Amino acid sequence: MKMNRTQVYKIISIVIIIILAILFIFPLYWIVTGAFKTKAEIISATPSWWPSQWVLTNFENLFAKQKAPLWELHIPFGRFFSANGKPIVFFAGPMVPAAIRWLVNTVFMAVTAMILTCATAAMAGYALAKKRFVGRGLLFTLIVCAMALPKQVILIPLLREMSSLSLYNTIWAVIFPIVGWPFGVFLIKQFAEGVPGEILESARIDGAGELKTFLTIVFPMIKPGVGALAIFTFINSWNDYFMQLVMLTSNSNLTISLGIAKMLGEASIDYGLLMAGATLASIPIIIIFLIFQKYFTKGITMGAVKG
Amino acid sequence: MVSQTYNKRSRALVRRETTAAYLFLLPSLFFFVVFVIYPMIMCIYTSFFDSTMGKDSVDVFIGFANYVELFQDEIFLRALKNTFVIVIVSVPTVCAFSLWVASVIYDLKGAACSAFRCIFYLPVVTGSVAVVVVWKWMYNNYYGIFNYVGKGLGILDENINWLGDSRFALWCIILILFTTSVGQPIVLYVSALGNVDHSLVEAAQVDGATRLQLFWKIKWPQIMPTTLYILVITTINSFQCFALIQLLTSGGPQHSTDTVMYYIYYTAFKLYRYGYGNAMGVILAIVIAAMSALQFKLAKSNN
Repeated sequence: MKMNRTQVYKIISIVIIIILAILFIFPLYWIVTGAFKTKAEIISATPSWWPSQWVLTNFENLFAKQKAPLWELHIPFGRFFSANGKPIVFFAGPMVPAAIRWLVNTVFMAVTAMILTCATAAMAGYALAKKRFVGRGLLFTLIVCAMALPKQVILIPLLREMSSLSLYNTIWAVIFPIVGWPFGVFLIKQFAEGVPGEILESARIDGAGELKTFLTIVFPMIKPGVGALAIFTFINSWNDYFMQLVMLTSNSNLTISLGIAKMLGEASIDYGLLMAGATLASIPIIIIFLIFQKYFTKGITMGAVKG
Repeated sequence: MVSQTYNKRSRALVRRETTAAYLFLLPSLFFFVVFVIYPMIMCIYTSFFDSTMGKDSVDVFIGFANYVELFQDEIFLRALKNTFVIVIVSVPTVCAFSLWVASVIYDLKGAACSAFRCIFYLPVVTGSVAVVVVWKWMYNNYYGIFNYVGKGLGILDENINWLGDSRFALWCIILILFTTSVGQPIVLYVSALGNVDHSLVEAAQVDGATRLQLFWKIKWPQIMPTTLYILVITTINSFQCFALIQLLTSGGPQHSTDTVMYYIYYTAFKLYRYGYGNAMGVILAIVIAAMSALQFKLAKSNN
């Protein structure tokens, strides 16, 4: 009898979870199908669960928005390397629709933030975990405190700092604060603590320099942690809307989420157009998430250990 | 360690270690100090000034006037209240819901477990802007799906202007916040349940413990650290609720959905009151720190 009750509970809860899962997928389904619906279907009071006619008009409208060069690179601190004191900007590639350009901006931002974060955090995390140095305790306390505070609180002073460094309205204004955020250092530190001290000691006795020890011995051992951090940073910076909103203004510099948000602010909201944009913004990142899901999960759970 | 080793050789060693450590830390420290620590200090500093973003304007020191004004500012107090409502409603429900989902899908093991884990994480990965635009459409009062389904099921008599009605707007936002908040806790709980000591579980089963006893007496104490971590991150996330507000309602109707985070943005970037915004930021940081400390205290005393 008791066994039966447990089984009934199990079946009921699985059914509920399946229903919930469908509800959780539904907005995504609505985005993707909405992107292919006709305008009449979108504003119909009776929603169509499946597009009666698949149209590309929404994407056509999205790509009809003004054009920009495919690639534009602001050299950070370019003022100092410029003869006339103006910022240095490189352009490359053909003129493309603004939406494509936003996508390129977003990918560049996320990849650069990821590489810089991983490189700096790997070194710093290793030093924090394995080196005994003056000021270690203080530094670690500072890192934990900074992590507990809301990132957005510092946004106003950050904005002012970025404009005095002439980084405002360039993609670097979004990238640098992500790199500075100490979560990565904390994550790698947790991971690097597992590197046995004896191995480092024997490397030292064999006469390996600090850098060589790090590159040939430590780095291969903390690679899974760095992988987790990489995918974590990539996804989070892709979706870091607030920072992008404050730092980026000119139309060609936007990221894809910011571009959509701007369309939402326009006088007449065209949901078909918005769904096309949302599809473009979310599908790439979802695919990346599904591919690297294992590492990502690891990144989340590792950050929580002794959190 | 350091104090014990007073002979010259080990002091040289310590110095060498310190130099090497700081060289490794240097790139990371540069970004950390310049783009996190410095703005944090500036945030506190500027909160004592009447500061605008104008080109030729000069900051005027006004002491605690910004803070005094804050607690007389009705919109701020309303925003603070809304923020607390969001936190108080969403934190316990997110924790309870994700624990329940995690314990059910953990029993499924393998592919089914990770498939469900992925699905509940999807709204986070989709990104706040994409999530918001689709929900805004679903909430639409003429052709949104909520009104259609509500009327179809006979719950609603007429279309409701979900986001334009101050009775519903905040709850609509809390619902979206909920769907984007449970992903991470579920992942954490699934991994925490995997780390529960199985010999204890088996011993309890042999002794004839019921399912509930098994959960409260054996598993719950062991996943307590995870619960604590989830409480803290969910609290921080709920306090920071911004994108939803800015894109869905812009704080309206009549500031009924303002949160502190949104009001900071509004003050700084719409009203250009830079010092005042920073004072709010400082208050928000203090509140979050206090809440986290309180949760740690409570969790410790419970154990």
